[in-house]
Amino acid sequence: MNPFAYSRPASLADTVNELAGSSRSRIIAGGTNLIDLMKENVERPAQLIDINRLPFSTIDELPDGGLRLGALVTNADTAYHPLVEQRYPLLSQTILAGASPQLRNMATNGGNLFQRTRCYYFYDTSMPCNKRAATNNGPGGCAAYGGYNRIHAILGTTDDTNGQSSCVATYPSDMAVALTALDAVVQVTGPNGDRSIPMADFHRLPGAEPWRDNTTQPGEVVTAIDLPTRGFPDHYTYIKVRDRSSYAFALVSVAVGLEMDGDVVRDARIALGGVAHKPWRKSEAEQLLIGKTLSPETIRPVADALLAGARGYGHNDFKIELAHRAIIRAVLKSGLDNGAVE
Amino acid sequence: MIGKPISRVDGPEKVTGQAKYAAEFNVPDLTYGVVVSSTITKGTITRIDTSKALALDGVLEVFTHKNRPKTAWFDMSYKDQDSPPGSPFRPLHNDQVKYNGQPIALVVAETFEVARYAATLVEIDYDPEPCETDLLKHLHEARDPKSGVANLFKPLPPKPRGDSAAAYANAPVSMSARYIHGMQHHNPMEMFATTVEYGRNGHLTIYDKTQGATNSQLYVTQAFNLSFDQVRVISPYVGGGFGSGLRPQYQLFLAVMAARALERSVRVSLTRQQMWSFGHRPATVQNIRLAANADGTLAAVEHEAIAETSQFEDYTETVVNWTGKLYDCANSTLSYKVKSLDMYSPLDMRAPGGVTGVHAIECAIDELAYNAGIDPLDFRFKNYSEKDWTEKDKPFSSKELRACFTQGAERFGWSNRTPEPRSMRRGHTLIGWGMATGIWDANQVPARAEAVLTVNGKLRVSSATADIGTGTYTIMTQIAAELLGMPLENVIFRLGDTDMPLAPIQGGSWTAATVGSAVKVTCEALAKKLFKLARKMPGSPLASADFTDVFFANSHIRLRRDPSVAVPLQAIVDQNGGRAISETGTSLPNMLKQKDYSRSAHAAAFVEVEVDEDFGTVVVTRAVSAVAAGRILNPKTARSQIIGGMVWGISSALQEESVMDHRYGRYMNQNLAEYHIPVCADVRDLDVIFVEEVDDIVNPLGVKGVGEVGLVAMPAAIANAVFHATGKRIHDLPIQLDRLL
Ligand SMILES: Cc1cc2nc3c(=O)[nH]c(=O)nc-3n(C[C@H](O)[C@H](O)[C@H](O)COP(=O)(O)OP(=O)(O)OC[C@H]3O[C@@H](n4cnc5c(N)ncnc54)[C@H](O)[C@@H]3O)c2cc1C
Ligand code: SF4
Repeated sequence: MNPFAYSRPASLADTVNELAGSSRSRIIAGGTNLIDLMKENVERPAQLIDINRLPFSTIDELPDGGLRLGALVTNADTAYHPLVEQRYPLLSQTILAGASPQLRNMATNGGNLFQRTRCYYFYDTSMPCNKRAATNNGPGGCAAYGGYNRIHAILGTTDDTNGQSSCVATYPSDMAVALTALDAVVQVTGPNGDRSIPMADFHRLPGAEPWRDNTTQPGEVVTAIDLPTRGFPDHYTYIKVRDRSSYAFALVSVAVGLEMDGDVVRDARIALGGVAHKPWRKSEAEQLLIGKTLSPETIRPVADALLAGARGYGHNDFKIELAHRAIIRAVLKSGLDNGAVE
Repeated sequence: MIGKPISRVDGPEKVTGQAKYAAEFNVPDLTYGVVVSSTITKGTITRIDTSKALALDGVLEVFTHKNRPKTAWFDMSYKDQDSPPGSPFRPLHNDQVKYNGQPIALVVAETFEVARYAATLVEIDYDPEPCETDLLKHLHEARDPKSGVANLFKPLPPKPRGDSAAAYANAPVSMSARYIHGMQHHNPMEMFATTVEYGRNGHLTIYDKTQGATNSQLYVTQAFNLSFDQVRVISPYVGGGFGSGLRPQYQLFLAVMAARALERSVRVSLTRQQMWSFGHRPATVQNIRLAANADGTLAAVEHEAIAETSQFEDYTETVVNWTGKLYDCANSTLSYKVKSLDMYSPLDMRAPGGVTGVHAIECAIDELAYNAGIDPLDFRFKNYSEKDWTEKDKPFSSKELRACFTQGAERFGWSNRTPEPRSMRRGHTLIGWGMATGIWDANQVPARAEAVLTVNGKLRVSSATADIGTGTYTIMTQIAAELLGMPLENVIFRLGDTDMPLAPIQGGSWTAATVGSAVKVTCEALAKKLFKLARKMPGSPLASADFTDVFFANSHIRLRRDPSVAVPLQAIVDQNGGRAISETGTSLPNMLKQKDYSRSAHAAAFVEVEVDEDFGTVVVTRAVSAVAAGRILNPKTARSQIIGGMVWGISSALQEESVMDHRYGRYMNQNLAEYHIPVCADVRDLDVIFVEEVDDIVNPLGVKGVGEVGLVAMPAAIANAVFHATGKRIHDLPIQLDRLL
């Protein structure tokens, strides 16, 4: 761990200024991810900008009937907020499937969006890692490709046979999987003013720049996450398959929201976690469900479409079949009973 | 007092934060050491540049192999009470890297923060060599291990008997399988740490995390060529050990080295990641072939194990002998081999060898029972051993395993089981019931204790043993209170200090027997002494009594015939000129009595699992362990030990593994987020039965120890339950969901 300066700006404007001023400045919110990374020398910020006093700690109704989740509201307060429980139970349940109560009490909504991959090699500065090497921290390459990659991605990866430009990491958040299914919009403020980024565009695939987790620009701060009116409160499910009953990241997770007309699907949202560098959604797959009644037979093509092009890297081969099964179970469950968490 | 469910006497101290651990002793002018670990597995350090680190304000020194002070020359001097045969690892010895994570520098600074930062500035170049860490790739090179004193308590397999190959070939029913176990690390909650207080004339008071203060003292005196009176080791509380503290770890060496060189007090604490940089439960591969006659009796047993060890020591554990103790088959071949790899020496980890070997044999027995069409429990009754052929056909000093089977099965409801795999389900959930046998040694070793009746009439008993969270403080207090007839609150037991009478390392589930016996003989001797003094008191009502005429109760010595005739213990000390009255004692195992018997604790575990048919996730929904471990000194602390063992069993069976990337020889999941052990949600309904067992051979107290036996049966019971649920035999642990997809 390196020495760093600490500041607590009084305003958003000051925060943006300080953040934009140095590429080695980092925002600290709950600190549950950043501090761990600092202890492992993966992050070596010169300055920590504590934003906990900024006014982003409320959940407010939007004029169009949606809900604005402040960036500094904790994961726990979000999940247990009455309006979230009522209108977006999928989000509540998804958040509660993540981490542990202690962590959820500290972790913020903004911080959750920026949490970094759990790739073992990324965390170990002596290991080759393209994601980390860009910050001049350890050797380049991708040790996970061809290494121990049980928790790694099966979709949207960058892989070449010598691993030189590969990244097969996943983005590990649960919350973001539900946000993606719900078409949430992230509000950011940066040196060039405010902008809105739809969840689907917020995280990115590694492409040729595996060090970039998301599409924010230097100096940008997330202030809120907006949920649109439609929350699928009647038919939803989050299934998270993991190595122990709690306090483990998803090997595969599925967030589903359906609108049903009797037995017939009117609208469908399906997002996958634990399989890619971003929450995985495909509208053409969702379209296949519309107008159908739910059965393993009608859902199977949807799963096929969602997982088209999936490939394993050895230890994670099982994720393809597991994801397939989880999609079918989650969609069926959403249609049948109002989807208790599994 | 003995046999009562007393709550931990050290509980209030622990939950109020009063209990101090090695890194919490704040001595004046303390400096802080941070260890730099190697990032390669094998090779030579070609350059080590400490200038940037040394340039930082507050950095006192950076110790490396180049500038370290001289320490003892001979290998022998680095041995400790638990050293396997070979040449112990010496920190900062030379420029050679022998394993990944090896300590190669110690940065010492005035503050921890500066030391930690400086550690990142030490620059190291290596000339790496290819490393070999993958046991599976080297099975063909396995060899017999060197044997040594370590094998006294961890015997190597006996010679084969009968002709197992022929018997196997000719029997009507058989099975054969290979079982693979990965590596595990102990990961007690408390990280390893040492605080060395540098005193006058170089006297060292060392607060160390260890399972044996005397072991740390021995090691330091030898490695640094010091006398015993120059080194005092104190370790009153240990935040979990599980075997990791059976050997002095390198932070002790480094802290002492730095303290002596700088003539300052030094603390060195390891990080969680560095908890993967010394001893582990070794990866082991086992091959088993079993055969049975038509009537279900065993015809042939072959059990072979190959385990990894380091390049410098032959760590061994008893893996296959359990099979011989549990199954007395005329045609048996047991074998155990090792392979040296580029890693640190493995280290005893809770039920070392037992949890590995018994998992394999008890899964194999289940499979054979199925092949023979016999209920697995009936099969075990049919093949119940009455003697131990691995120990020259000796009978067992006691063995109430039958009662464990019967009572455990009854409590669990085993008779309601439908034998067919996949025959019990609920929706997507497959339900399986499985059972297995557990066994562990019941050893006793010599130990000493002191008992003092203080001037204010309290009893203070001490012995340099440890309490790694097992309840030693509590049961020793109970034993002493019982023997001198005093209320618990007037009895204090102290441990973990080399100024106290000698006790061995706390391991092998022998502490209750070993230290308990020492406390017993010592308190009995003190009782006699007190009685003699009481008799001599002026006008003593006991003047004409013999020792056999009296008993100790309510802090009095009382006449059996008329308990109202009594002398208060307080009066005896008062009469003694206000001086405390003390006695020391030594207990030695009664070899004469023990030598004709095989001595073990036994258990049976019955387990229910739920397996998600689609996802392969397994949950242990309930488990019953029936345990025969002699006399239970305290059913509450004993139950905690068994429950803890059962949770370890769930962990071993389903979750726990240190994963190494063999291309680098480096562990990849070196933190508790990715190294999975059960969380509360994984621990459901666990039930413990202590079966009545009387044993006056094992030791004077008749106790067998419960620290390990609760773990041994669980992994196989779970794996067998998974088979019953799914019809799949998963031989390798942990049974993660992808193995069941
Ligand atoms: C052991 C463990 C288990 C976990 N398990 C799960 C799990 O199962 N599922 C899951 O989803 N998560 C899990 N988590 C992750 C946890 O949810 C995240 O650590 C947490 O959400 C991060 O939030 P924070 O406020 O603590 O972020 P911080 O650690 O404070 O910050 C994280 C990053 O976000 C940046 N940042 C924070 N706020 C903003 C903002 N407003 N604008 C711009 N940048 C910002 C910081 O600069 C930093 O780079 C786990 C974490 C741990 C330690
Ligand atoms: S998968 Fe990505 S994060 Fe992991 S080692 Fe490869 S480049 Fe680094």
